[in-house]
Amino acid sequence: MASSIRVRAVQNGGVTSLKALVRHPMDSGFVKDSAGNVIPAHFIQVLTINHNDKDVFVAHWGPAVSKDPFLECRFEGAKKGDKLTISWVDNKGESDSTTATIG
Amino acid sequence: MIDERRRGFLKGVLGVGVAGFALGSGIVPFRVEAATAPNAADWPKKAFRTPGVDETISELYGMDAEESDKISVDLPTIAQNGAVVPVTVETTLPNVTRIALLVAENPNALAASFKIPEGTLPFVSNRLKMAETTDVVAVVISDGKAYKATKNVKVTVGGCGG
Repeated sequence: MASSIRVRAVQNGGVTSLKALVRHPMDSGFVKDSAGNVIPAHFIQVLTINHNDKDVFVAHWGPAVSKDPFLECRFEGAKKGDKLTISWVDNKGESDSTTATIG
Repeated sequence: MIDERRRGFLKGVLGVGVAGFALGSGIVPFRVEAATAPNAADWPKKAFRTPGVDETISELYGMDAEESDKISVDLPTIAQNGAVVPVTVETTLPNVTRIALLVAENPNALAASFKIPEGTLPFVSNRLKMAETTDVVAVVISDGKAYKATKNVKVTVGGCGG
């Protein structure tokens, strides 16, 4: 199954800039469907970016984060060719993970 | 007939044996989903269910935040689509360990909270839902103290589907 995570990490002058787009409904639990039933909350709670067994970024998200969440963050200490692991888990316990190489 | 079943069985056993060897020796990478999925245990449940900015900051960090002009909150003055409002927060405050984004007029103020480990820049860009015209507050923990900056956004079409 294709990953829900699309990521691009670029290193420039010692700083790695990472942009990720995650496919996820991020349903808030406040919206009703056309029949009037509440669409249950379904959103990513934790997303981590890991480099060499160290979390370089941790996001705690709630239902107010937009659908198909975008994230950009920046960190030092990594070099071109290094591998990163991006993982998430949502409020239903579903999860996904992907690796990316710093370009 | 028995021979055929034996053949199939033996092939199966051989296949499993080779696969087991390959997996065990690390030649073939075997991803364990559970091991790579992040731990949701420290997701701040109560903070995500608190209305109001000051109450949320208190719930999240156990202290009040003071205004700081060293935090930049970049977002559109007018958001045409409240369901997707890009927000970028950056700060020159030192030793930042946490950043949080709060949307004052949302039913629960906390939208997102970030951990900034050492070596990571105090910068984050995200997209948030905003129910209506609102203040957006960025809270930064620097040297163990909480600071905040506020920016107002006019939302023309509310982002909660209503």
